[in-house]
Amino acid sequence: MNNLSLLMDGFATILTWNHLLIMVIGVMLGMLVGVLPGLGAPNGVSLLLPLTFTMDPVSAIILLSCMYWGALFGGSTTSILFNIPGEPSSVATTFDGYPMARNGEATRALTLAFMSAGLGALAGVVMITLLASSVAQFGLRFSSPEYFAVYFLAFCSFIGMSSSAPSKTLVSMMLGLAFATVGMDSVSGGLRLTFGIPDLVKGISFLVAVMGLFGIAELMVTTEEGLSFNGIKSRIRVRDILRTMAELPRYWASLIRSILIGIWMGITPAGPTAASFMSHGIAKRFSRHPERFGKGEPNGIVSPEAADHSAGTSALLPMLALGVPGSATAAVMMGGLMIWGLTPGPMLFITRPDFVWGLVASMYLGNVVAVILVLSTVPLYASILRVPFAIIGPVIVAVIFTGVYQVANSTFDFWLLLFFALLGYLFKKLDYPVAPLVLTMVLGHRAEEAFRQSMVMSDGSLTVFWSNSLVTTIMGLGVLMLVWPLFSRMLGLRGWRRRLHRQQPQASKPATPDSRP
Amino acid sequence: MYKRTPLSAHQLKPLALFFAALTVSGSALAWQPERPVEFVVTSGAGGGTDTFARTVQSIIGKHKLMDESIIVSNKGGGSGAEGYVYSASSKDDPYKLTFGTNNEYLLPEVGEMPYAAEDLQPVAAMAMDEFLIWVNGDADYASAKDFIDAAKQNPGKMQFAGSQSKDTDQTLVSMIEEATGADFRYVPFNGGSQALVQLAGGHVDANVNNPNENLGQWQAGMVKPLCVFSPEQLPKGEPVYEDKGWGDIPTCISQGIDISEYRMPRTVWLPADAPQEAVTYYQELLRKVSETPEWKDYTTRTVQTSQFLTGDELEQYIDDNAETVRKVFEQEGWNAS
Repeated sequence: MNNLSLLMDGFATILTWNHLLIMVIGVMLGMLVGVLPGLGAPNGVSLLLPLTFTMDPVSAIILLSCMYWGALFGGSTTSILFNIPGEPSSVATTFDGYPMARNGEATRALTLAFMSAGLGALAGVVMITLLASSVAQFGLRFSSPEYFAVYFLAFCSFIGMSSSAPSKTLVSMMLGLAFATVGMDSVSGGLRLTFGIPDLVKGISFLVAVMGLFGIAELMVTTEEGLSFNGIKSRIRVRDILRTMAELPRYWASLIRSILIGIWMGITPAGPTAASFMSHGIAKRFSRHPERFGKGEPNGIVSPEAADHSAGTSALLPMLALGVPGSATAAVMMGGLMIWGLTPGPMLFITRPDFVWGLVASMYLGNVVAVILVLSTVPLYASILRVPFAIIGPVIVAVIFTGVYQVANSTFDFWLLLFFALLGYLFKKLDYPVAPLVLTMVLGHRAEEAFRQSMVMSDGSLTVFWSNSLVTTIMGLGVLMLVWPLFSRMLGLRGWRRRLHRQQPQASKPATPDSRP
Repeated sequence: MYKRTPLSAHQLKPLALFFAALTVSGSALAWQPERPVEFVVTSGAGGGTDTFARTVQSIIGKHKLMDESIIVSNKGGGSGAEGYVYSASSKDDPYKLTFGTNNEYLLPEVGEMPYAAEDLQPVAAMAMDEFLIWVNGDADYASAKDFIDAAKQNPGKMQFAGSQSKDTDQTLVSMIEEATGADFRYVPFNGGSQALVQLAGGHVDANVNNPNENLGQWQAGMVKPLCVFSPEQLPKGEPVYEDKGWGDIPTCISQGIDISEYRMPRTVWLPADAPQEAVTYYQELLRKVSETPEWKDYTTRTVQTSQFLTGDELEQYIDDNAETVRKVFEQEGWNAS
């Protein structure tokens, strides 16, 4: 393996005190921007970019990529503790992470999230090391029809996810699509649904929407229920972290499935957001206890986290191998490469192997450093929930408003935030699911674009979605996901599976989470 | 971090002017920034305009050309309209230096925009980015002529990928159609890097990306250039792929495509009512930037032509450029009104 010896050279490059220190600083800064909603990884990385102008490229990329890892971890923290996703890709973590924290198991939720995220990221780096040259080409096979098929699959694997009535899910999805339409339409070049308001030209920022729908709306409900977080009752013990780590192997099936989904979505590059939503949906679909999802199911935390991080890591492969950014943060780093005097592209592997393999080696070390650092902060973060709500509540509101202002320096976004907060509150009261709205709002725009590009390419013929084996397979999977519940009910599959399990000896069955002491 | 409240802008301005007046009372009429300057970038992070602005930022920082610090904020929503609207709405604020291309005056032509081209005044154009016709590295076309002939035999079948809709790329494709009589299909993507992947993957037949957008992939032979839309060939340089370099690419006009020049200026703007002294200050600052070796490195590496335009020259350039493009818009019926 030539790659392995190159990787060893990479380790030799980065294993200096100087670089290790940069790594720790990067991760800590990243955690900071990840925890503050509205800043997020891409913003954090671009804020730090000017600092790197005078550094050598290897140190610079280590700093930026470690900041990226830190930010990804930080984003999960707020999702779990306050129901505020710091990044689009950590929305799916709120579905089960937040309920678990509210049940008084914040330590367990955070540890599960961090550990599976770390494993996901490491799996992504291993993939990059082993398959860098061959897998990169796979991404090139994706054109607009294939992209649309991937988003279609993400939507389909998510339908039926919520426990609400299908018609309510549909309403929620359609609203999300409508919000995604606001702003400039890149296919026709025209403005849509802006009502002559200049601030709507840029579209509705997803972050503003989720901070209202999740963060503020949740605070409103909590206030109504009597000004308290249930997490107060929980005790925080370091032993809980270790115990949760030992618990992790139980979720091996979810882990492996989610990592595969993540790697695939990262390479293609459909991105970490689609990966985490899809992975959560599929975990529920294949679970023996789908009714536990949304109430603090461990598999519901492990799946989106592992997928998010393996996708986030894999997204750096197209950047290195093809010179095409797989995510917003990768795009900023690519801009950095140019300023440092490097040309991102396939030749980077040949012209600057020290840089490329130094980066890959720093991904291994950086993630390990990040996991250790974030795990050690778990007791700190978990204890935030013990602060009386009357104090922490207003602090969260202030942080959210600051964060919203950070997104675009626009005071108009405050009104949008309040609008979404009211919408989220109404949704909760009327028992409409919020998740489908968020999903279509994030992916709807891109799905629409891909669909319309496909239509331009095919002269308006839908057969383009069945025109080659790749797109046909993905579309087929999507349709299968859509009809699976009907299908399995028809064949009585569910009953059959349940009977099968009853026949298995109890010992081989993993203990259910609620049977824990 | 990089924000400030809109209120303080209005409150501070008279103060800033007052102090500015104090400091310069004796010397010549010089305006100096008194607080951090915001670089408004009308593209997302990582885009061509972003690299342009950040390069200027890094050069100013390295040579300490300005005492105050610089805050870069990306406002790329709505093909860059977000950034222009943001600066235009601040009327006379000399602390919002806006970086863009010719889309400042093209966007309001094709869409109902909440700003007018006149809401911003040009400070300088610093470089010209070239356009080329690119095809897949494995394509059979040996020259642009072959490519156009093939297109004529399959009217409406050959696909051009480009960045955005009714923007520079689609305008150029329309001009190629007009000049050659060929009929293409234009597929808009979200940015040059997507248009590149589609070409490298063989999903479309060509694109008209800027040199820098395709450089890395040309090095690997995944795509190849057929001709460049400039009056003469690009300067000789290092070979990029199989002994061929930028200087070896024929001009499109020599290949029978009658478009002698199509370039995109890298421009810098201020709100229309910003004081003239501030405009002069920034012009001087940017001129110093354009004279540094780092700027030369940047333009060489990204294969742009360094061309520093200000004042009347710049006005003239913008008028001509807008006129050319307006003709295409009228012909294609893209006008907003």
